[in-house]
Amino acid sequence: MNIYVLLKQTFDTEEKIAIENGSIVEDGVKFIINPYDEYAVEQAIQLRDDLGGSVTVISVGPDRSVEALRTALAMGADEAVLISDDRIPQDEYAVSKALHAYLSKQNVDLLLGGNFSVDNGGGQVAIRIASLLGIPHTGSVTKLEINGDTALVHRDAEGDLEVSVVTLPALFTAQQGLNEPRYPSLQGIMKAKKKPLQTLTLDDLGISPSEITAQTSRVELSLPPVRNAGKILKGELQDQVRELVGLLRNEAKVL
Amino acid sequence: MSRTFLVFAESRDGKLRQVAFETLSAARASAEAGDQVLALVVGSGASSIAGELAAYGADSIYTIEHSDLNQYNPEGYFAAVKKAIDETKPDAVLFGHTAIGRDLAPLVAASLQAGQISDVTAISRSGSDVVFTRPLYAGKAFEKRSFTSSPWVVTVRPNNIQAPAPDSGRTASVTALTYPAPSLRTIIKEVVKKTTGKIDLSEAKIIVSGGRGVKSADGFKPLEELADVLNGAVGASRGACDAGYCDYSLQIGQTGKVVTPEVYIACGISGAIQHVAGMSQSRIIIAINKDPEAPIFKIADYGIVGDLFEVVPLLTAEFRQVLNV
Repeated sequence: MNIYVLLKQTFDTEEKIAIENGSIVEDGVKFIINPYDEYAVEQAIQLRDDLGGSVTVISVGPDRSVEALRTALAMGADEAVLISDDRIPQDEYAVSKALHAYLSKQNVDLLLGGNFSVDNGGGQVAIRIASLLGIPHTGSVTKLEINGDTALVHRDAEGDLEVSVVTLPALFTAQQGLNEPRYPSLQGIMKAKKKPLQTLTLDDLGISPSEITAQTSRVELSLPPVRNAGKILKGELQDQVRELVGLLRNEAKVL
Repeated sequence: MSRTFLVFAESRDGKLRQVAFETLSAARASAEAGDQVLALVVGSGASSIAGELAAYGADSIYTIEHSDLNQYNPEGYFAAVKKAIDETKPDAVLFGHTAIGRDLAPLVAASLQAGQISDVTAISRSGSDVVFTRPLYAGKAFEKRSFTSSPWVVTVRPNNIQAPAPDSGRTASVTALTYPAPSLRTIIKEVVKKTTGKIDLSEAKIIVSGGRGVKSADGFKPLEELADVLNGAVGASRGACDAGYCDYSLQIGQTGKVVTPEVYIACGISGAIQHVAGMSQSRIIIAINKDPEAPIFKIADYGIVGDLFEVVPLLTAEFRQVLNV
């Protein structure tokens, strides 16, 4: 089974955000595999171990993304592909077209990705690719079982559980609860250094920048207003609780 | 030239969701005088609930009724929306940023070769130029974005763009469209309703949320009682979910859900950066924690230093008395 995993390198979720000269500061930031993509990588490795085949992780991003791809290789993926080209704009339409240019030339049995990325959080790219490839998809899956040429999936739909059977090839996006991603072993890290990792440009993919022009653009970037510490109540707990309810009704005007 | 905005008006259990009205409101906020705002309702019984959308700003309403559409299926729903798009040739299609909208909008955007701006929390318009505000890093930053080409696809975060007060004097035509019945490669076998009768986290006005301090699955019971009294929903931090105290679907944070209720009551939650990202846009934050040094107090409007197992039941009792429930 040829399994492909869409992966994005993101800021660690414990990082604070700072803005300088209209962009987000990346200096000194710890980068990780987008947590939802990590579930996808883990699932791909488990399925390959059960069913045979290979796992290819693929990313669009700057050169630093190599680190995240190497981590996925160290977890157990077989190959990695980085599409890195400054001419690819930060726009989901464009990114999905670039990924599609690569994937449409592969023999894809199963395509996995994360439910969304914890940076931009648009949740578009994976599902757009399913549409571009003309394959079905299920988003936000918490269970994925392959039975021949179909998949049995559990989808988390705002807390409800939808059980469905999907004909392969198909795309699934991972939700928390799908699995517990492994840490790369020392042996895995050593092996990863020798695994194939290719870097492609738009020219390699045979597409011109005019085919992937951005359909949206950023006008402004800002930080949310700072929240200040409010009132810590004092006294007996019962009195504090009474005071709190009073404050909510009379000062905050809620409830 | 007048433009056309098509709103996917989401329903659940035979009723329009609040987010349907909010999405209509988002379309109205994007539209100039003379523009048309259309709404689409799908599923059995769509025509009997569609009329309500007129009062909330729809100029024309389309319905597609078919048993395939009683339960969300990406292929079936896409076929229905595509039918409405072919019929009405909209300049923009808007969805709620819900389990359905998040899943469906990118299919529509890809098929239209269109840009999409997801998870919009505010809209400003000057003439025909519309600027959409949306969170980055779950709300650690915000960006304003606009479209550089047409058509547009937009998803609107629930609980952020206010629905207008209904105007019962407004009327709209209702047109039934035929479902094009595609062959489905996705077959829904079963739906386990775990949320029946509960308020969805993303739409809740009040959220009572528990962290590691809740200590066990049973520890959530007092929080559930408080949420019930306040007609709110229960949420959780990653710590509580990772510890197995509750389902991941309750998780609030940069991984998990981002919520913006009127009141957020954090119980036994320390206030890790990744959690705060998911709730710091709440209007009023209340922190209950044993540790006076917990970072959550730095962003809370009101704080009580104390054991949540003592404080929460007292709070429930006080609200019961004051609210008469």
